Amino acid sequence: MTVTQFVIASAVLFSIGVYGVLVRRSAVMVLMSVELILNSVNINLVAFGALHDNIAGEVFALFVITVAAAEVGVGLALVLLIFRNRKNINIHEVDLMKG
Amino acid sequence: MTTLNWGSISSMLVLFGTAILVVTVASLIKSSKKDLLVQVMTALGGLGGLAAVIIYWHRVSSDGAKLSFADTVRIDHLALFIIGVISSIVFLSALTLKSFFAREKLFRAVTTEIYVLILLSATGGAIMASANDLIVLFMGLEVLSLAAYILAASNIRKAQSQESGMKYFVIGAFASGFFLYGIALIYGATGSTKLAQISQKLVSGAFVDDGFLLGGIALFLVGLLFKVSAVPFHVWTPDVYEGAPSPFVAFMSSAVKVAGFVALIRVLGGALIESAADWQPIIYAVSIASMAVGTLAALVQTNVKRILAYSSIAHAGYILIGIQAATKDGFAASLWYLAIYAMLAFASFSIVAAREGAISGNSINDPNHIDNYRGLASKQPFLAVIFAILLLAQAGVPPTSGFYAKFSVISAVVDARSYPLAIVAMIIAVAAAFIYIRLLIVMFFTPADSSLLGGATMSKTAFSKTTSKTMSPITQLDASENSDATFDKWKKLGANKLNLAVLTLAAAFTIAMGVYPAPLLELAQSAAQSLV
Amino acid sequence: METAVFIVAAIITVLSAFGVILAKNPVHSVLMLMATLFAIAVLFVAQDAHFLAAVQIIVYAGAIVVLFLFVVMLLGVDLAENLRVEPIGGQRPLAIGATVATAVLTILLIIVAASDSSKPESGDLAGITQETGNTGVANLGRVIFTDYVWAFEIIAALLTIGVIGAVLLTRRAKQQEVEEEVVEKEGGQL
Repeated sequence: MTVTQFVIASAVLFSIGVYGVLVRRSAVMVLMSVELILNSVNINLVAFGALHDNIAGEVFALFVITVAAAEVGVGLALVLLIFRNRKNINIHEVDLMKG
Repeated sequence: MTTLNWGSISSMLVLFGTAILVVTVASLIKSSKKDLLVQVMTALGGLGGLAAVIIYWHRVSSDGAKLSFADTVRIDHLALFIIGVISSIVFLSALTLKSFFAREKLFRAVTTEIYVLILLSATGGAIMASANDLIVLFMGLEVLSLAAYILAASNIRKAQSQESGMKYFVIGAFASGFFLYGIALIYGATGSTKLAQISQKLVSGAFVDDGFLLGGIALFLVGLLFKVSAVPFHVWTPDVYEGAPSPFVAFMSSAVKVAGFVALIRVLGGALIESAADWQPIIYAVSIASMAVGTLAALVQTNVKRILAYSSIAHAGYILIGIQAATKDGFAASLWYLAIYAMLAFASFSIVAAREGAISGNSINDPNHIDNYRGLASKQPFLAVIFAILLLAQAGVPPTSGFYAKFSVISAVVDARSYPLAIVAMIIAVAAAFIYIRLLIVMFFTPADSSLLGGATMSKTAFSKTTSKTMSPITQLDASENSDATFDKWKKLGANKLNLAVLTLAAAFTIAMGVYPAPLLELAQSAAQSLV
Repeated sequence: METAVFIVAAIITVLSAFGVILAKNPVHSVLMLMATLFAIAVLFVAQDAHFLAAVQIIVYAGAIVVLFLFVVMLLGVDLAENLRVEPIGGQRPLAIGATVATAVLTILLIIVAASDSSKPESGDLAGITQETGNTGVANLGRVIFTDYVWAFEIIAALLTIGVIGAVLLTRRAKQQEVEEEVVEKEGGQL
């Protein structure tokens, strides 16, 4: 197997993730698209690790998963925060800043 | 065998250790002095980081750069220079925050967490500055930015702050994705994540191919240019800065940006210097665009925070000029600009934070509207004079540090024979002066209760926005009188003395660096020398 | 055989990734994300990264996706969809253009790359491989705790931030504090 096929799969997944971030407006959906981007990176890292016969790629992928977990934790905390305040505070106060 | 040289990372350990200590102590103590204790500890943490930097600066001068943790950490003058800047910002932030907490009651319950996050974010910056491996660089970036996202959203009752935090988070995570994909491609091309090995591979030509490498450099740049808010990737900056609590904007616009730039300098100037021809054109275009767009957009803003945000984008353009030169002098000029800029941005946003306090009772207007600075010179002459010094420095007026900073990046790029870039930079510098002159006129030559100039300078949309919210000129007048009363009350708390001291220090630094720039410039030069 | 596994897993990955970003209902998106992650785990196995595949399923699918699902359910499906952020202003066409451009560029670069990277083991590249040659969990552990021990230590800072951030952001202000704040604001205005 060549590394190319994995890298192409990863590039496609990355593009899907970028599209998701740019197009979806919901915060939760944007977070999920970011997860897709991070996963595409992981595919790449593992493929390159195999290409170079070097385990650094796998180690890097593990770190990426850890970072993703921490990021999701903070991101969802933010989502909950906004959600709670929208329920309690006037809805038209959100989206105060434009441009 | 891996060598664990804990001593060499002492500055990071001090910052991180202080953070952990602050959490622990704060959770054990119930007394009313807790806030003061936590503040003092944080300030000491910043000073401790600075002390560790000074100690190691001499050791590195005599023994050369220290590598440890299997060569993933490189403590050299570049790392120490940047850690020094970041530690100083932590120290100054800790001093200014108290008055902010005294004013914003809702923060009182989370003061500890705020200090801890600032310390941890600074740790992330220090990790990035000393990273000698792409994995470590990425982890440092995440530590730095994750803490900054939370700080931006930390005014948890205010919709603006939440929205700002969310926006910052989404953009930041997105940028991290690009950064990471770029790193993965660079790893794929060279087979190593270690900066030293990458540069070796590039020198010897023993890398897989150009395709991965070029794609990797491009995506890596996109990711980091998002973080330092250079122009095509700057859209988030004014919104996030406007919504986030001002004292944390002061931190974000100084320490966080400094760390972003040091990552650029480390990787471009160190590992990828061999393929400079590949990335120089990108930086060239981005720096011109940043200067132009930042300056033009700042001219039409009516919110002081947004003006400063756009002007920070323009400054990012100037810092990139030095990187574009890709010479030791260029990197030295950028580093020197970075140190100057960090102080200017920190102090300017701190003034915004202080001035915001004067109007905290006035919900009629946007507290950061340029009109609220009208006649500041007669109301708070001291603050106005300091702000004037900082603004003149940002404009690059000769007796201040800003002049030398701009001068040195432009002369570096002239030495590198990019004449058009130098000329564009100089023209834009002249145009940029109007941003700051406009603020100066509002502060010094406009009476507090007239709308003469304000009406003329306000853009149409912003004008209608404010007027629609304003009930009548009379109430506005009353409110502004009241707001100064509120400010007096706030002043009586005695909390802002430290603030004024810090701001005076910043102004003194700004002038001192303009009059006698040699010492800091030498530090920046030896920092640039330590690039591989 | 290996190629067949790759093709099937890659197709599932891409299709379910499309599902993630196109599904109307956030719950469907989360489930699609789960499918994507499983298919990626298969891709990892296809490259002998067994440990990573296990982590992918346990941590990603097991913890992260469940967290997503939990939040979506907590907010209510409609609200989760309505909770808007606009990262880069609402520029749908621009987004589509940018994405297509990114995709085309990346794939082009990779095809260019592939044309000369088909022989990775030959010549100059032999020098690249580090002493950490073979794969396997033992080796992975060894490398994490020797070569990358500093990155491993940094995770401590990251997790501390995660905990403190979650505490700070989801903290409910006591009612009394909120009232005090309101009184103070009004007092300033009167």
